Amino acid sequence: MSDRVDRRSFLKIAGTTLGIGALYSVAPLLGADGAAGEVARRLWKKNGERLKPFSFVQMSDTHVGFNGAPDPLGTQAFERAVDTINGLRHRPDLVLVSGDLTHDSEKPGEQALRMRRFQEISSRLKVEAVHCIPGEHDAGLDGGALYRDVFGPTYYAFDHRGVHFIGLDNVSLAKPEVGPEQLAWLKKDLSRFPATAPIVVFTHRPLFDLKPEWEWFTSDGDDVMNLLAPYENVTVLYGHIHRHHEHTAGGARHLAARSLIFAFPDPETTADKKPLPFDKDQPFKNLGLRIVGEPGARGAAPGRPTIDEVELTMREFSGTVGVNQFLKEGGY
Amino acid sequence: MSTGHTYGSIVVLGVQLIAAAMTLAAPFQARADEPPRVVEITAKRFEFTPKEITLKQGVPVTLRLTTEDVTHGFFMKKLGIDAVIEPGTPTEITITPQETGTFTTICDHFCGEGHGNMHMKIVVE
Repeated sequence: MSDRVDRRSFLKIAGTTLGIGALYSVAPLLGADGAAGEVARRLWKKNGERLKPFSFVQMSDTHVGFNGAPDPLGTQAFERAVDTINGLRHRPDLVLVSGDLTHDSEKPGEQALRMRRFQEISSRLKVEAVHCIPGEHDAGLDGGALYRDVFGPTYYAFDHRGVHFIGLDNVSLAKPEVGPEQLAWLKKDLSRFPATAPIVVFTHRPLFDLKPEWEWFTSDGDDVMNLLAPYENVTVLYGHIHRHHEHTAGGARHLAARSLIFAFPDPETTADKKPLPFDKDQPFKNLGLRIVGEPGARGAAPGRPTIDEVELTMREFSGTVGVNQFLKEGGY
Repeated sequence: MSTGHTYGSIVVLGVQLIAAAMTLAAPFQARADEPPRVVEITAKRFEFTPKEITLKQGVPVTLRLTTEDVTHGFFMKKLGIDAVIEPGTPTEITITPQETGTFTTICDHFCGEGHGNMHMKIVVE
């Protein structure tokens, strides 16, 4: 086999719509020629990076402090999500939270209390780490000052088991933009990676013009995506729109997570940006906290829920081809 | 003299009619050397006043934007509008709408809890 280590050939990310908002699995692809194991061993020997399958969860828009119409549940959906994650058979390594952790308040001291409340609930998560970025309700009024005091930087990057994660802030400048300072940081951060590096970006607003009239855009989102364009395995996870959405452009896949407070309607079919009404008989409807699938459905083993697999960025296996290769034995 | 008075009245009336006609026609036949019509728009949390304005396709117009409280944004990509409205200083932008339709224009500078629904309509005929 070739000495050239090409991560693209064995490291893939698959996603599961759990509505927590979403759970993703990263797993080595076992090549048909059985060479992948050798590649993994070489990479480990070369840079000490041990490639093991792992999963992570994206949560979004918990809006701690919001308590009223259309959703009177307060933090119940958030807390239920924490319990759901802790109950997963294969516990994820990480939880990413893509903004609007809290609902804004101008009452002195209240926003800080809401952030502490968020930390209190999220600290129950039995995972290696929880990584957050702010939404406009966390950081839009004070330029992110309080958020930085409580949570730390509003943008940053880290590596986990061979995947490069980038948290971007497109809210602290008050307008929907990343801004030149952060763009310069991103350019520098990316420069050390080869084109085949698996990259997961998580941010609050969409980095493309999803619905500008509803402020579902980032004005310099194109600049961000141009910096990411040379990279072949890019997935962008975001929140803000309070509904699931998928979009592919320039080889990158963009996925929105559901909210954990209330849902917005489909802008293609609805003129007004009004939250979907609360259904007291189905209080978690549209928040994605339903059990995924039904036991026994679609050939799944009895007693286990089925899961809808979503490819994130898989160049070699477009469409649904290859998806089943990433389904872990036993499911979640 | 009555005849003179009548002629005088006709002349005055004629001038008034012409002036009135010019006034009515002015928005639709703005000359290149005339300043654009000015439309006043006021922002305050969490609404714009008026809630709707009507512009003419191809006719320049100046939007004079003021805020009664905090900083607001004024954004409509298809009309080339992307402004910030600071307290105490009117913001003026001049546009020439090229496309007809109804354009929802939003505050895109986060201004508080009701920010997400702060918008108005610009109708271009």
